[in-house]
Amino acid sequence: MKTTEPPAPVPAESGITVTKADVPAGAPPEEKKAGGVLNVFSHGILVIWAIMVALPLLWAVMTSFKDDASIFGSPWSLPDTLHFENWARAWTQAHMGDYFLNTVLVVGGSLIGTLVLGSMAAYVLARFEFPGNRFIYYLFIGGMSFPIMLALVPLFYVVNNMGLLNTIHGLILVYIAYSLPFTVFFLTAFFRTLPSSVAEAAFVDGASHSRTFFQIMLPMAKPGLVSVGIFNFLGQWNQYMLPTVLNTDEDKHVLTQGLVQLAVSQGYKGDWSGLFAGLVMAMLPVLAAYIVFQRQVVQGLTAGALK
Amino acid sequence: MAARAQIGVAVMQHGKYRFIVGFLAVPLGLYALFVVWPFVQSIYYSFTDWTGLSPDFEMVGFANYARMLDDDIFWKSLQHSLLFALLVPVVTIGLALFLSFMINVGGRRRRGGPVISGVRGSAFYKIVYFFPQVLSIAIIALLFAFAYNPDSGAINSFLRAVGLDGIQPLWLGDPDLALWAVMAVIVWSTVGFFVVLFSAGMASIPLDLYEAALLDGANRITTFFRITLPLLWDTVQSGWVYMGILALGAESFAVVHIMTTGPGGPDYSTTVMVLYVYQKAFRDGQAAYATTIGVALLLVTLAFAAAVMKLGRRERLEY
Repeated sequence: MKTTEPPAPVPAESGITVTKADVPAGAPPEEKKAGGVLNVFSHGILVIWAIMVALPLLWAVMTSFKDDASIFGSPWSLPDTLHFENWARAWTQAHMGDYFLNTVLVVGGSLIGTLVLGSMAAYVLARFEFPGNRFIYYLFIGGMSFPIMLALVPLFYVVNNMGLLNTIHGLILVYIAYSLPFTVFFLTAFFRTLPSSVAEAAFVDGASHSRTFFQIMLPMAKPGLVSVGIFNFLGQWNQYMLPTVLNTDEDKHVLTQGLVQLAVSQGYKGDWSGLFAGLVMAMLPVLAAYIVFQRQVVQGLTAGALK
Repeated sequence: MAARAQIGVAVMQHGKYRFIVGFLAVPLGLYALFVVWPFVQSIYYSFTDWTGLSPDFEMVGFANYARMLDDDIFWKSLQHSLLFALLVPVVTIGLALFLSFMINVGGRRRRGGPVISGVRGSAFYKIVYFFPQVLSIAIIALLFAFAYNPDSGAINSFLRAVGLDGIQPLWLGDPDLALWAVMAVIVWSTVGFFVVLFSAGMASIPLDLYEAALLDGANRITTFFRITLPLLWDTVQSGWVYMGILALGAESFAVVHIMTTGPGGPDYSTTVMVLYVYQKAFRDGQAAYATTIGVALLLVTLAFAAAVMKLGRRERLEY
């Protein structure tokens, strides 16, 4: 930047610090004008889309504090008083608390299982040559592009026959199985990028294969595990199709199911304010976590697409 | 493997197979039991008359497939699913390319600064646009089901508030509008993901390319089509396949199942293949016929992915 200019901040993510002193002098004035028009235009569009994204979410938060009459009478008016009792009612009477707990249990178990089993399989596939290696790898990868619903019809009966239908641990096993394709795909690529010399040195020093894996390779793979962990956490927390088919017992419902169930039954009971409170309750923790861990979340979710 | 060249490898062979089996057995077993085996089974079941309610069934050859070809609802669901796979990704990716170009290249030219620059507050836009991506599609579908409510929903009451009393569509209740209303929700929730993805790609395009083009008298619209888009093409293509698979499967199931009456209504105007599979298997007790529609869905998915990869094939550009 020239010191004679007012400090014009360059947005951080453009990552540009190079000064091109000769270029502006030669640029024709019309170009500059066009740039200005484009700038106003682009800001206008960007602001409109930001409003379109944020407004429905803010509307939901606002509505969760209103009473039923004003939800129907004047959907856009601010709440007269903050009806916190909506939230209390949703948490206890509408069982949001139970659904929350179920979701935490299912996602907690699935996430740990997915990371442990996924990294074990990926490590072996990335680091060892053996007959069938490629076949197993593509068997896992293939699961990413097949329509899950096709498998769900027989899966329902497989799970039922094993006595795992409508159980938390049954759901955990199924979540793990369906999270493995992407996890193995991502972590195999990641393990391949790690240097092999450290593992070999450890092995020469007498560490077993599994000790080498758990004490040396896993800590080295931490950045990859964080990315794929966030990806799986959001995918499993937000899962709707798998529990809808395999978890039909109301006591075992996870959040997404519980909310939909609530919406259907509210059609008769008419506690819309409680439902909105439940909706916001399910929304806010994830949004808050996203805002705090923004960089890691974006990295985790876009990691697969950029590979 | 690069490791092969190294001396350590010989030592690493010790106890190798026991270790490989030990590490692969559980993940592979779980995957085979809950994913691969049901897939294989469902293709087999599509040739039977299994109801799902009793364990007895007989082979019926291609009877289910013949029935499917005569089933009007199947054809409707196929039509809607194709629309989901083709239109939703095109609109989403088009909008995302436009927005991310605005974010990264639409900035005011500053004297002494680079020839092109991002708009101010670009980090803020990217954070906000990404919001829906972290939420469950089920929650988003519920939220919009309320917003679309013709009497007390956010959208129609907004239209009334700005004086457009004459325009009060029934949205999800109107057979001509319902499908579009549902598709709009998927677009709304996914655009932000692609804006962030494309922005990362655009940031890695060297500035000299833009400089040279602008000096040659190109305007910014030309630079988008001649520089940005070709260099981002790989990302666009894989994003298209990814989005199409989602729009054929889990995402369209959630939005249609939660938002529409029936679900799939009104008058089958929003039914999609994945929903039809679910309804045939778990509502109507026709598991074998459901797997037949599922096989059709599998073929559509594979054909879609192959078509995008083939049509989109271009020479890879190095820069």
